[in-house]
Amino acid sequence: MELGRVTGTVVATTIYEGLEGARLLIVQPLDRHLKPRGNPVVAADGVAMAAPDDLVAVVASREASLALPPPPGPVDHAIVAIVDAVEEWSR
Amino acid sequence: MKIGRVAGTVVATICSSALEGRRLLFVDLLDPTGKPTGSDLIAVDSVGAGAGELVLILDEGNGARQVLQAPDAPVRAVVVGIVDEIEMNG
Repeated sequence: MELGRVTGTVVATTIYEGLEGARLLIVQPLDRHLKPRGNPVVAADGVAMAAPDDLVAVVASREASLALPPPPGPVDHAIVAIVDAVEEWSR
Repeated sequence: MKIGRVAGTVVATICSSALEGRRLLFVDLLDPTGKPTGSDLIAVDSVGAGAGELVLILDEGNGARQVLQAPDAPVRAVVVGIVDEIEMNG
């Protein structure tokens, strides 16, 4: 899982049937200090409650399809948690 | 599997059902000599790993689901061990 921030939404009315109904959000991956890292991805919302600017945890590859209600749709990234806080242990 | 150091925890009250009640650990990945590789990940804890501990991470879905005993958990990274020591060839 990776940390990310919801930065947008994707609307696609013409879409593969397996993806119909999936909320598609643009997520910018973040590092531990919440700095952007790497390219944004379009992730399906596996908790169906992520809102703009939410901090989220995103899972990739096959696990992403497991995050959606069955039958698992063909997605490669999915939001599996809305992150309230990242508690860092300073050494 | 990978080696990492627990850098913190991720608190998430709203999450996929398979993650409920599980500790999410923020882990910095290390190379075998203990140097940070610069990448990190969030892993589900299965051994009670604590702050700053050196841990063993399984980063593969089928194994993760076996460890968590949850056949449809959307999880790939799981902390499966706490590393006491690493010995490299002399």
